[in-house]
Amino acid sequence: MWHRMMRLDRRWIFLTVALIVTVPFIFQWALPPGSVSPPTRALYDFLEKLPPGSPVMISFDYGPASMPELQPMAEALARHALKRKLRLMGIALWPQGTMLCQQAFTTAAEGTGAREGHEWVNLGYKPGALSVILGLGTDITQVYRADHREVPLRDLPIMAGVRSYDDIGLVIDLAAGMTPGDWVRFAQSRFGQALGIGCTAVMATDIYPYLQSKQVIGVLNGLKGAAEYESVTNHTGRASLGMTSQSIAHLAIIFFVLIGNIGYFASRGRRR
Amino acid sequence: MRLQIPLLITLIVGLFMLGQFFVPHKTGEEIYDALLVWARIIGAFALVLGIGSLFQRHVANIRRRRPEWGYSVVTLVSFAVMVVLGLWWGKDEGTPFDWLFINVQVPLDATMFSLLAFFVASAAYRSFRARSPEATLLLLSAVVVMLGRVPVGESLSHKLPAATEWIMSVPTVAAKRGILLGVALGAIATSFRIIVGIERGHLGGESR
Repeated sequence: MWHRMMRLDRRWIFLTVALIVTVPFIFQWALPPGSVSPPTRALYDFLEKLPPGSPVMISFDYGPASMPELQPMAEALARHALKRKLRLMGIALWPQGTMLCQQAFTTAAEGTGAREGHEWVNLGYKPGALSVILGLGTDITQVYRADHREVPLRDLPIMAGVRSYDDIGLVIDLAAGMTPGDWVRFAQSRFGQALGIGCTAVMATDIYPYLQSKQVIGVLNGLKGAAEYESVTNHTGRASLGMTSQSIAHLAIIFFVLIGNIGYFASRGRRR
Repeated sequence: MRLQIPLLITLIVGLFMLGQFFVPHKTGEEIYDALLVWARIIGAFALVLGIGSLFQRHVANIRRRRPEWGYSVVTLVSFAVMVVLGLWWGKDEGTPFDWLFINVQVPLDATMFSLLAFFVASAAYRSFRARSPEATLLLLSAVVVMLGRVPVGESLSHKLPAATEWIMSVPTVAAKRGILLGVALGAIATSFRIIVGIERGHLGGESR
């Protein structure tokens, strides 16, 4: 029996995973996300303490492949910033980031009365990530002359008095690649910019050293981090819905690993 | 001369950027700001280079009828459609470009990444074996972290999230910090070699 189990066609595993991931979404089963982890709480508390009118910049450094984890983070952060009457600015170091920023900010602004150019702005994508991060430390207008709609920065009320990192309360990098290291090395270390990170779960181990050295204020770690942020801001969004699928998927993978190991040791014992 | 001039430029600019970091002189800052602008312009041209390279490769596939050349046709047609739509109607919300991005590219990209979930589950069943003490430790850590990172884990035991945070914050950070330090030292050494011209791979030459 164990021998047959060890040779199980992997399509049964694929079918099981497909069902356990999609069924909770179809029936909209949302689990409460549980306690909020200290890195998420730290980022939330920092945003809560910023005075109204403080500029907050979110850098969209991911593409559609990482949207399921990072877009809910972006929406939760944007919603929180707009609720706190902070000035929300979006930039992108990845080309697709511009449209993801527009989507996230538009969704978060629904029902709040926040207007593009006044309470939030999407500055768009610029190539050369390192030179953008460094340039923002000297003069934003050297990097961005206009927002993504080609409206000059001088005509945007939200950009009044914002010249460089000295005028920005917090930068949050939502990343699926190597950009957090660049933001830490160049924005935080060189200019002392307060920095938060939102990242995919597989990247979280890369960010924790910076968290411990206090170079990063807080980290949103994968879909769980997004769900925690939704919970702490009293909003049930896509991340909270996704936690049900993720919970069952993790239990299923642990079950597969256990069964695989039991089968391996049982068939090894029989061979002896 | 073909090699000497680029090496000289690398040496002068490299030493300048190194010195400028520590010497806050007004002229130095002006030159530094100009160099940042040049870097962004070069970055934009690198995009053009990448697009040119993409075109060359796929046109060659089609001309020589290499295996699966049909996908090269799809690539080039998709590229042309997005460029034409973006240039003609713009890329704002409600435009055809925006519609294609949200309804075609986003689902396709997300689908490709989602395949990982299936292969991870299959690989976990087939390969994740406690064959040695180290593998057993890795397996147990993985189980604790997987349970601690979902709400179900907290319902099983209140200690699981704390155990997960400890694994992420202590042994993982210790290993990661070691790797980061090694990478940083390697980057410093390689950068120095490039500045003084020992490392010439970026010029198409071999190291001295």
